Formats: sequence, C-alpha cells, structure tokens
Amino acid sequence: MRTVEAIEITKQIKEMCIEANHFLSPDMKKALETAAKQEDSILGKQILSQLEENLEIAGKDMIPICQDTGMAVIFIKVGQDVHIIGGNLENAINEGVRQGYQDGYLRKSVVEDPIERTNTKDNTPAVVHYKITEGDSIDITVVPKGFGSENMSRIFMLKPADGLEGVKEAILTAVKDAGPNACPPMIVGVGIGGTFEKCALMAKHALTRNLEERSSVPYLKDLEEEMLIKINGLGIGPGGLGGKMTALSVNIEAYPTHIAGLPVAVNICCHVNRHAHRVI
Amino acid sequence: MNQSVQIPISKETAKKLKAGDYVYLTGVIYTARDAAHKRMQETLDAGKELPMEIKGNAIYYMGPSPARPGCVIGSAGPTTASRMDKYTPRLLDLGLGAMIGKGKRSQAVIEAIKRNDSVYFAAIGGAGALLSQKIISSEVIAYDDLGAEAIRKLEVKDFPVVVVIDSDGNNLYETAAGAYEKKKDEG
Repeated sequence: MRTVEAIEITKQIKEMCIEANHFLSPDMKKALETAAKQEDSILGKQILSQLEENLEIAGKDMIPICQDTGMAVIFIKVGQDVHIIGGNLENAINEGVRQGYQDGYLRKSVVEDPIERTNTKDNTPAVVHYKITEGDSIDITVVPKGFGSENMSRIFMLKPADGLEGVKEAILTAVKDAGPNACPPMIVGVGIGGTFEKCALMAKHALTRNLEERSSVPYLKDLEEEMLIKINGLGIGPGGLGGKMTALSVNIEAYPTHIAGLPVAVNICCHVNRHAHRVI
Repeated sequence: MNQSVQIPISKETAKKLKAGDYVYLTGVIYTARDAAHKRMQETLDAGKELPMEIKGNAIYYMGPSPARPGCVIGSAGPTTASRMDKYTPRLLDLGLGAMIGKGKRSQAVIEAIKRNDSVYFAAIGGAGALLSQKIISSEVIAYDDLGAEAIRKLEVKDFPVVVVIDSDGNNLYETAAGAYEKKKDEG
C-alpha cells in the first residue's frame, strides 16, 4: 500500500489550475495553427491569427488565455492500492483550486447557490469526478470549463429508432444553435448511450482527449470524421463571423445503454479547450 | 473596411458603420455584465440615476480576471451578450450608443438598435490576454461588491472589434455564415 499526503494533491491541483489557464496542450496549439492555414475567409483568418497571438501573450506575460477561467472540473482516478493520509481527499482538491485561483490571479466565477448567487470568492467548490482504478498511482486531469460554451451544450434523449441519423442530427442541431456564442472554432465532445448523467459525463470527458487521436471504435472514428466535415460546412467560422473552421475536432465516447433509450449529450468547448494532466 | 472610431459615439457615426466593418475603438467604455445589468434595472425601477452617463456611451459585456501587480487589468475578453438581452432595449432607449460583446442578440434588441441608431460590436471571444493590452486604464466606478461583475470605466486604445449588427438591423452572424455556405455550394 502506497501512501500519498493530501497536501501533495493540493499542491499539484494548484499548479494545474494555473498551468491550464495560461498554456494550451501542444495538440490544441497545433490544431489552431492548422486551422489558420486552412481558413479561406479573410475575417476568419485574421481572428485565428489573433488567437495565436493571444496564446503567446498569455504564456509570456502570464495573463489568462480567457478571462473566464472557468469552473474547475476535476477527473481523478485513484489507484486502489493508494492510501491518502493527512486529510480528506475532496478538501485537498478544493484547497488546491482555492490556492490556484487566488495565487494565480484567476477569476472567481462560482456562486454559492444557483438562485441566490453569492460569489464564493475562491472559485470553490470544484466539480469532482472520481474513479477507482487498479494500481498505486493517482491520475488527475484539471479542466477549467468556461460557461460561454457550457451554456450551449445539450442532452437529447433519442429513441432507439432514431439511430445513427438521429445522433448526427442532434450533434448538428447543438452546434448550429451554439453558433457564435460558443466562441468557435470549437471542440465538440459527444457522449452516446449510458444513462442521462453517464452520457453527459462522457461528453465532458471526450473534451480532454488528445486531438490527434480518434476513437478506437471504427464506426465512432468514422462518425467523428464525418461530423467534423459536416460541422465545418455550416459556414459559422471563427468567432461566428463566417468561414469554414467552425470546429477543430469532434470527440465521441459511447457506453452500453438500455433497450428503450439512445441518450446523446453534446458538450461544447470553445477554442480555449483547457486541461492539465498529471500522475502522482 | 478598417477604421478608427471614437467612443463615446454619436448617432451620426454609428449610422455610418456597416455590419462586417472591422473597427478600432479609442476612448472610454464601461463594463457591465449579468449582475450589474440586474442592478441597473432595479435602479431605474426605483426612479434613481444610473451610476454613469448612458447617452452615447458604450457598454462592454466583460468581467476581467484579477490584475497582477503592476498591470492595468487581467484577461479581458467579451462574454455572451444574449444574457443581457432582457435588460438591453431599455438602456438603448435611454441613449446607449454601442455595445461590445459576443454572440447573437434577440429580435427585441435588434429592433431597439435600429430605433435608436445604435450599434453592436463583437470583440474576439477567448482573446482576453490580447484584448487586455488595448486597455490603458481601469477604474471601478460602481457596484464594487460585485467583484468581477462591478462596473468599470475603461480607457481603450485601438481596441479591435467587428460590427455585427448595424443601425439598419443588418446582422453579420446571419449573412456571413449564409454567404460562406452558398460560396461552398457554388464551388
């Protein structure tokens, strides 16, 4: 049994909150560079080059890439041979978020109650998704999620008879409705199957996948590629001002579901698709 | 067409701007987002004065990240404008000259823009670091308790925006995507 100090988890989460808000992963940067080369629209090209400039300034001057530094979503996989000592795990995670958002000059965007809406002033609590896995390591992904694109995300409880065509239509509907509001070029995370909450969680998790990897399931890989072409034919373009680069990637996850259902969740992320990953 | 525009803005100037124009704004703008709009509405309902002059001025839908020591402001890009649609026609009828945000507007807002010869600009969403460098000064002038959502008076220089909805009601979000789709079909 390996022991890990709760304070170590706090320290790592703090650093990851700051890192994710100032630096995009190499695959995201590459996708934006490629998009700038492929865009035909003059205004679209201009916006994409300004987004690249924005990333440079963010990293050089340590100014967050986007002022909406998000609500902190944490995916944490804890090996069953790990013993966490010196504190409660969820408290350790929230303390990391608190320190990261305070010391990193990140915006505090969380309100205590959805109706009363008093700001918690330290961006906690985080939204934490736990998974118990084999082994003795702790695998953490920090996803600061902005709400411009989160607000445009959708769940569709389709009928089995709607089939693959229904899924395609659902994805296109969500993207069309999102349009300029979701700060395109966007990343489209899709969950198919499971239950109501499982498909939403898959859609969120799909956003963290390396953009250079496609689904290992052949029909999902085809669907990802087909939907990216269809979305980029909508004409929405960078900033929603017209062009062909509306999405950089469509990432799909699927799970067994019930004989009566076909849930589809579409979680949209703007071009500031942030995530930091570490293994303790 | 690329051009420079001074803010506050006159109706005459606003009328000359057309959807699709790339514009650099220089002058003074005010920030306000969800909570500040709610409070401005309550202020007007109570028959009181707004904390700033609204006539000819521009509201920027933005809540910045905190400034690092020695910096004017933190990351400072636009937020989604449609969340303010409920409050906007009233401000336009009071003389609001321009709005800066991102994303679609309601038909009621578009009608109010036409009626008042105003203009809706989009700034680049998600380019908060770049846009922060176009802000020369920042001062909280009202609703300090709202933190990031307080009303700030910003001095901007060559702040890049695109005219999305002009005073004739032309809407670039509708025409640009449509035009691109058509071009693709023809190609």
